[in-house]
Amino acid sequence: MISVNKLNKFFDRHHAVKDLSFKIERGDVVGFLGPNGAGKSTTMKMLTGFLSLSSGQVLVSNLDIEKSRLAVQRKMGYLPEGAPAYADMTVYEFLYFIAKVRKIERSNRQQSIDNVVAQVDLQEVLNKPIETLSKGFKRRVGLAQAILHDPEILILDEPTDGLDPNQKHQVRKLIQNLAKDKIVIISTHIMEEVTAVCNRVIIIANGEMKFDGTPESLRQQSKWHNAVTLSLSYAADVSGVLELEGVADLNYDKNTGRVTVFPENGANILAKLSQFCQQTKLPVDAIYPEQGNLEDVFRLVTSAEYTFNADLGSSANSSATNASTEEEKA
Amino acid sequence: MSATSIIFKREFVSFFATPVAYVFIAIFLIMSGIFTFMMGNFFERGQADLLPFFNFHPWLYLFLVPAIAMRTWSEERKSGSIEFLMTLPLSTAQIMAGKFLAAWAVLALCLLLTFPLWITVSYLGQPDHGIILAAYLGSWLMSGAFLAVGMCMSALTKNQVIAFILAIVMCFLLVLSGTNIVLDAFQTWVSIGVLDTIASLSFLTHYDAMAKGIISANDVVYYVLSILVWLSAGYLAIESKKAS
Repeated sequence: MISVNKLNKFFDRHHAVKDLSFKIERGDVVGFLGPNGAGKSTTMKMLTGFLSLSSGQVLVSNLDIEKSRLAVQRKMGYLPEGAPAYADMTVYEFLYFIAKVRKIERSNRQQSIDNVVAQVDLQEVLNKPIETLSKGFKRRVGLAQAILHDPEILILDEPTDGLDPNQKHQVRKLIQNLAKDKIVIISTHIMEEVTAVCNRVIIIANGEMKFDGTPESLRQQSKWHNAVTLSLSYAADVSGVLELEGVADLNYDKNTGRVTVFPENGANILAKLSQFCQQTKLPVDAIYPEQGNLEDVFRLVTSAEYTFNADLGSSANSSATNASTEEEKA
Repeated sequence: MSATSIIFKREFVSFFATPVAYVFIAIFLIMSGIFTFMMGNFFERGQADLLPFFNFHPWLYLFLVPAIAMRTWSEERKSGSIEFLMTLPLSTAQIMAGKFLAAWAVLALCLLLTFPLWITVSYLGQPDHGIILAAYLGSWLMSGAFLAVGMCMSALTKNQVIAFILAIVMCFLLVLSGTNIVLDAFQTWVSIGVLDTIASLSFLTHYDAMAKGIISANDVVYYVLSILVWLSAGYLAIESKKAS
């Protein structure tokens, strides 16, 4: 378990991380999101003991990172941003070095290395110097180094950055396989990654907590969540839709003939709407529910006006959303 | 295997994985040859000792040791590998010790490879082998002090060139502080006590006797303390970077 309490970091006058508090339990795969410069990497560096805390407390399995750094680091695997490694070593030498540092028994070393090499698919470059490898391979060497000792806690700073879609898929699958009884924290810019592997999302911006919840509840922040789009074959009067219970608003794009209907408070209006279309014989070609675009939510949540209230939970989130959309209207 | 020895081994091997060690050793041997034979008048002196060889060591180390020390921390910081190194379950002191010992071992290797000089002098005359051995040990000890200064400077910056220059300047001051150039400048306005202190901080002052094969506890303690003090300063520099 990781427990972060009122974590702060100052770089001279710059307040990089502001009063962050969260708890992460075993089995959580946390997507750690935020715009560039939000303090994601700084927070990760503090969690891993690379940077000291300006104030606050980080407990890992009830061990204080400041007081028992080495004990905490033994439980952790960490992939720093950019996956640095010793460029002059070959992949095998490097992993062997890590195995020794991680105090893996001599008899198990070869086995552990073979395992991770198979897991991240490094067989073909095993005896090449790391400096000659492509970006994708370097990243995978970094991953191999982080998971070599089968750590309880895995902290990965942008693990799929610079990988091609196949490799991204592979790494995500790997993380899903690893995640079963571990804590995994992944920082990323890629929203699809969050839905692909995470069961929890923490968003920070300007060093402040902006969101902490499931990917689903993040999606619910979207105005588009549970919205329904109708595609009309020719122009028709759709104003009757607004009379339906649970419908808040609609948006009729005359050029494309698409009508997007927004629900009140995320209510499910698909069934009612399709019934309505049949009854009024609207010329509907297609009807489909919207998912809510996570990128839009990301922009909303990381905007300066948005405030997150952890104590009140998700109901507070929606009111905050409304408040900020009202501000936008104003 | 202890953490320090794991780091030691990695660092030592990495010197030889790149041309760094080879170039360094070659230059060290060439330079020490030039100093000994051309500037030290090894043959003309007609004495069966290696004094001309050892006398030039402080000046040789002045430029060469910073060159080998500059990469120790700067390179880690530049390439970012410091981030994964410092998040491995290793203490900063263990890493510092491992790095220091690895570079010091390279310097030991350099000294060992000057053995043809010893053979030459033994062939030409009957040198006192005890003196030569003592001088070798003294020289190696002094190189450790140079190295510790260089590593401390390397811990301060991620730029290797800056680390190199800072180390040379600092070593130069430490070498010079025993010479008249520096002492004359202070002579007129500080007390004898202060003057003695400045002189006693010099690498040169403490090396003089050692080059002649006299190893006194006083000098050994001085170099060991120098090494410890500069490594501790480097340690503090690394630790303080965690906070900023």
